[in-house]
Amino acid sequence: MPVQGYMYPNEIELAWSVLIVLYPYITGLVAGAFILASLERVFRVEAVRPTYRLALLTALAFLLVAPLPLQLHLGHPERSFEMYLTPHRTSAMAMFGFVYLWYLMAVLVLEIWLDYRRDIVLLSQRTKGFERFVYRVLTLGSTNISENALRIDDRAGYIITLVGIPSAFLLHGYVGFLFGSVKANPWWSSPMMPVVFLFSAMVSGIAVVLLLYMFSSWYRKQTIDMRCVDTVARYLFYTFLIDFSLEMLDLVHRIYEADESFRSLDFMVHTRLYLSQVVIQIYMGTLAPIGLLALTQLLKLGEKTRKRIYAVAGSLTLIGIFAMRWNVVIGGQLFSKSFLGYTTYKIGFVAKEGLLTAVVLTLLPFAILWVLVKLLPPWPDCEPPAPGSAAPAHGDD
Amino acid sequence: MNSFKDAEHLLRVALVFVAATIAFVLVRAALVPRSFGEYGHYRGNAITEMAAQPVVFAGHQVCEICHSDVAAIKSAGKHVSVNCEACHGALENHVNDPGTVQPPKLDTANLCIRCHQVNGARPASFPQIVADEHSAGLTCETCHQPHSPLPLIGAGAKP
Amino acid sequence: MKITRRQLLILLPAAAVAWDSVLAGTPETSPNYKLTEHWWGMLVDISKCIGCGNCVRACATENNVPEGYFRTWVERYHVSDTDLANPVVDSPNGGKNGFPPILGSGGRNFFVPKMCNHCADSPCTQVCPVGATFMTPDGVVLVDKEYCIGCRYCIQACPYGCRFLNPKTQTAEKCTLCYHRITKGLTTACCEACPTGARQLADLKNPNDPIHEFLRTHTVQVLKPYMATGAKLFYNDLDGSVR
Repeated sequence: MPVQGYMYPNEIELAWSVLIVLYPYITGLVAGAFILASLERVFRVEAVRPTYRLALLTALAFLLVAPLPLQLHLGHPERSFEMYLTPHRTSAMAMFGFVYLWYLMAVLVLEIWLDYRRDIVLLSQRTKGFERFVYRVLTLGSTNISENALRIDDRAGYIITLVGIPSAFLLHGYVGFLFGSVKANPWWSSPMMPVVFLFSAMVSGIAVVLLLYMFSSWYRKQTIDMRCVDTVARYLFYTFLIDFSLEMLDLVHRIYEADESFRSLDFMVHTRLYLSQVVIQIYMGTLAPIGLLALTQLLKLGEKTRKRIYAVAGSLTLIGIFAMRWNVVIGGQLFSKSFLGYTTYKIGFVAKEGLLTAVVLTLLPFAILWVLVKLLPPWPDCEPPAPGSAAPAHGDD
Repeated sequence: MNSFKDAEHLLRVALVFVAATIAFVLVRAALVPRSFGEYGHYRGNAITEMAAQPVVFAGHQVCEICHSDVAAIKSAGKHVSVNCEACHGALENHVNDPGTVQPPKLDTANLCIRCHQVNGARPASFPQIVADEHSAGLTCETCHQPHSPLPLIGAGAKP
Repeated sequence: MKITRRQLLILLPAAAVAWDSVLAGTPETSPNYKLTEHWWGMLVDISKCIGCGNCVRACATENNVPEGYFRTWVERYHVSDTDLANPVVDSPNGGKNGFPPILGSGGRNFFVPKMCNHCADSPCTQVCPVGATFMTPDGVVLVDKEYCIGCRYCIQACPYGCRFLNPKTQTAEKCTLCYHRITKGLTTACCEACPTGARQLADLKNPNDPIHEFLRTHTVQVLKPYMATGAKLFYNDLDGSVR
């Protein structure tokens, strides 16, 4: 039944579609992958080093796709640059343009460039044709890869990562605030929103890098660094515990206070949102991966078993975090602000904001990552050797 | 000297950023609409543009200029607060060209019951009837002068 | 074609001047209307509303509102004697074609017209990322459809559900308090069409406006006062069960 009970007439059709679910999912993956990379760079968790470059490239691939769901959603995407011309300082959404640009250029691209600079210079000397042209442009005209220069790069990279961590928090945290500050919507309005979004972002980002690293090792037939994988999985487990605690805190608080909106929201969670919230997000997407990861932490399991568990847990996590975004965005629009009724989300398939578009946009970052990986190989066993010079200051394995 | 040479690539990056920032500032200055910020964080011209939207309902004051006789009848009766266009529809184009644009003839059978058909949610003091039982098939203006519906007209006669 | 530096030095400022006049547009000002002399609101008298739907139709006619979307609408409430907190509400096509007879009996039944509240502290203008929706100096919340990017954040932020996205212009839209009429001394289309005087335009800054006397002699409420929106749509006789 499309409308059950009473909805204000203008509320019946949902204003924000699956593309608005996809956007925080994507920026969450970016923020999470970056935080994982910063674990090694800033917090010196040396064990996760093999995933460092891969995490950065993953973050970049997803960040490049991030504005696309938004542009496809806007009524007038050709006017979206207005956010740069006249950003309204009271609007969280106005921050998007600047935070995005800052994070893309001043953090991610710069950090990748600094970390890969030696490789870029060497590749620009060894390749031919169009490839050579691309690498030469990327060098920005400088070919200095002396020990001192690389030491400076290392120092600069450290500072950028340091700045990048709060920037990543801002990139994804503001989305949480965007929802959390809407007093009109009791499903969204909460001071905890930015924190919940951020921790679920970290969970999804760590999971995606874990999966990509495991997949690429298998695909390239390279020995997997189990110490690295175990450490990443351990961080995934800890972050998940925090994320779960935060979400449970929100839930318990709602049930206890049982304010005006509670009955309406409770009914919604038990009916229209049951599958996506209780089954997919909580059971499959949170409790199952936490349980599986707990097993690997508490029991002494063989390498093969652990890898299988990590693969399953990681995949369930990615599904679960998508479900969480879905439940926030779509769930927040399924009930009436009169608390007297519910509507249905009608999603098209081949439509500007349809399911097919969402699927394509989800797969696109992986295609971009494939190109990036070819252009700037992140594999520890793949560093181009310097012609006769000493090992670089920034170690690779 | 040596350390500058080793940091020179950072300077190149910095220059790219500075160039981009300058370009942004210039483009922004060119593209922000002139009237933006006149009254607040919005395009000041938007106010005048919205005020210039064409009017579709003329408003009863204009009707009463030409139709003062009807206005007089109405102001003495029960329909005093019912404005002309509430029944006759939007008539600005009739006001602009009274000779050629004639207001459409009203379908009283459906028009009157829209307000006066009995409905439990209407205030009890509001005159409501059950249309099927009220007039034995006669149209409303057989007994009620629409501009002043009470007292009733003599049966069959229309002024 | 080679442009010399001298030619460029002349061309660029000339282009800038031409662009300037394009951006400035040709606004027409209403000579007698002073923005600072008015502070608009509206009064809705529940005890007078008969749910005829004239207002909904008139608004749609005056403002070219697309079918299925509503700048104003009328709700019908049924509050049973035993369950005051849970009214039964309906609004068939926004009340545009009136209301069918009531099913069932008993309880209290009444109509509630709804529209934009033109909030003095509006949450919708607060969230607009570009400044396309705003409050005018005379108290009307408007949407600049030449500037709106169609992000729909304002639609989410309105606690009263009065905004929608116009499918033709792909911009946010809502009641404009018939700004184009009130700035010319006319009343809004909905007030003009209302047969019982349930809707009355109010100019809170005009000392002669009957609203002041009304506010002194009647108890008047706003919707969702706890949201602290500074709503300027005042209801007389608003029941506590109204959402």
